[in-house]
Amino acid sequence: MNILKLLDKLSNDKFFTTESSRLETLTNISSIGKNAAVAAVPLGLGTLMATSAKAETTTTSGTYFKTPLTDALQLALTLEYLEDEYYAKGLGTAGLIPSADKVVFMQISKHETAHVAFLKSTLTSLGVTPGAKPTFDFTVGGNFAPFTDYNQFLILAQAFEDTGVRAYKGQAGNVMSNKAVLQAALQIHSVEARHASQVRRMRANKGWIELADGGNMPAATNAVYAGEGNTNQAGFNTANAFGAAAGSAAYDEVLSGSDATAIASLFIV
Amino acid sequence: MKKTISVSNKGATLDTGRRNFLKLGGLGIAMAGLALVGCSDNEFDYQYMDPANKFDLGTGDVGVLNYAYALEQLEADFYTKVVNNFYSGISDAEKTLFTDLYHHEVIHRDFFKAAISGVTTNVLPTLEFQYPNVNFSNRASVLATAKALEDTGVAAYNGAGKYITNPDYLVIAGKIVSVEARHASAIRNLINPGSADFSGDDVINATGLDVAKEPTEIVSVAGGYIKTPFTWKERGIS
Repeated sequence: MNILKLLDKLSNDKFFTTESSRLETLTNISSIGKNAAVAAVPLGLGTLMATSAKAETTTTSGTYFKTPLTDALQLALTLEYLEDEYYAKGLGTAGLIPSADKVVFMQISKHETAHVAFLKSTLTSLGVTPGAKPTFDFTVGGNFAPFTDYNQFLILAQAFEDTGVRAYKGQAGNVMSNKAVLQAALQIHSVEARHASQVRRMRANKGWIELADGGNMPAATNAVYAGEGNTNQAGFNTANAFGAAAGSAAYDEVLSGSDATAIASLFIV
Repeated sequence: MKKTISVSNKGATLDTGRRNFLKLGGLGIAMAGLALVGCSDNEFDYQYMDPANKFDLGTGDVGVLNYAYALEQLEADFYTKVVNNFYSGISDAEKTLFTDLYHHEVIHRDFFKAAISGVTTNVLPTLEFQYPNVNFSNRASVLATAKALEDTGVAAYNGAGKYITNPDYLVIAGKIVSVEARHASAIRNLINPGSADFSGDDVINATGLDVAKEPTEIVSVAGGYIKTPFTWKERGIS
């Protein structure tokens, strides 16, 4: 698309509710979505202007529609790439996962693969090129052995799932401008929580997180659980009725985008 | 049901404190609170009572909060009955699990009561429930009901998130719904241990998405348990 045409279209506040949301299931953008999309235009415009100064006839590349919404989806995609590859590798490693547990990991793996595909198509529909899959090192430079030690495989699986739950929650404010994306993100978020609960039980933990204690987890995963001990929800003391363990477990906490990225980056070469 | 609005006569100090209680950044909610405080008795009555004398959950974020409060009241009530009369032959592990669920749901319920009271006097009253087809002394019956309630809770929050305008409320709903999903997974695993049912194909679709249901669908499912009638006209529930 010609830059001038694009600028012209950007000046039309209906643009974001029509052409940019091509995925049919994601066209339900509310009035609040319109406003948020328009509010995001100045940032996008800055990118456009900088680019057009260099090459006015550049065709549309994948970053022109970058917004907090698509940044949130890119982060989610990174986490889903990580989980997807992790379970695929685990299932593909002979003798690692006991046969009785395979049904669980096959189900989780199936969902993570679907999440990757869904997020890629969503980003594309929003006019942004989905990020490429990073190169992962699940041993973190040889410090973990998840594909030779099943206990470690479970530890990292728990860490990834509990991280995923927190990371999606942390992006709620960034995706709420688009109701369809918000709902889909919530629908992925609860799947991650179902996974987390199951993996935690496979490690003889409760399915929920009491205090900031991951449950027999190595210190290397502390960042995943930092803040989970919170017992103050909007001024309400959740520890009053039954103590801090129950009060903290009744609520999962958010993880900021930067904290989630830092955790994921440990496993990215 | 006649609900007093004497709270609004106690002046700005109390109301400011109540709003601070929630530490809300949302202008919309603050405005809604102010609008209600400014109402006369008659106007206020009109706002939340319909001609049939049913409570209306309200509009905007207040409606969503009251909706969540109704569902949390149901879950808390159900698990209270479960832990007060454990089914025969229950294991210690299952006692611990159901006690945790009871704790979490009571905390959620009491949180919503406090949170809604902090921004409006249009607080859903304590509902009455019924469980005509539940046998609380039977494990399978209790587990099946718990599964239905937890899956319904997940689907309800997933479907209602888009109606929330205040990001702080959305985050709170997110903090709660993932715990409901953890519960659902646990109950499903009790019913069919070690299977794929914890996030089964009956609730997760081929795109990897959990169930999301509109309020009208939820009320038609959960309504059988709820004796106290209410409306949510904004969402088509009357």
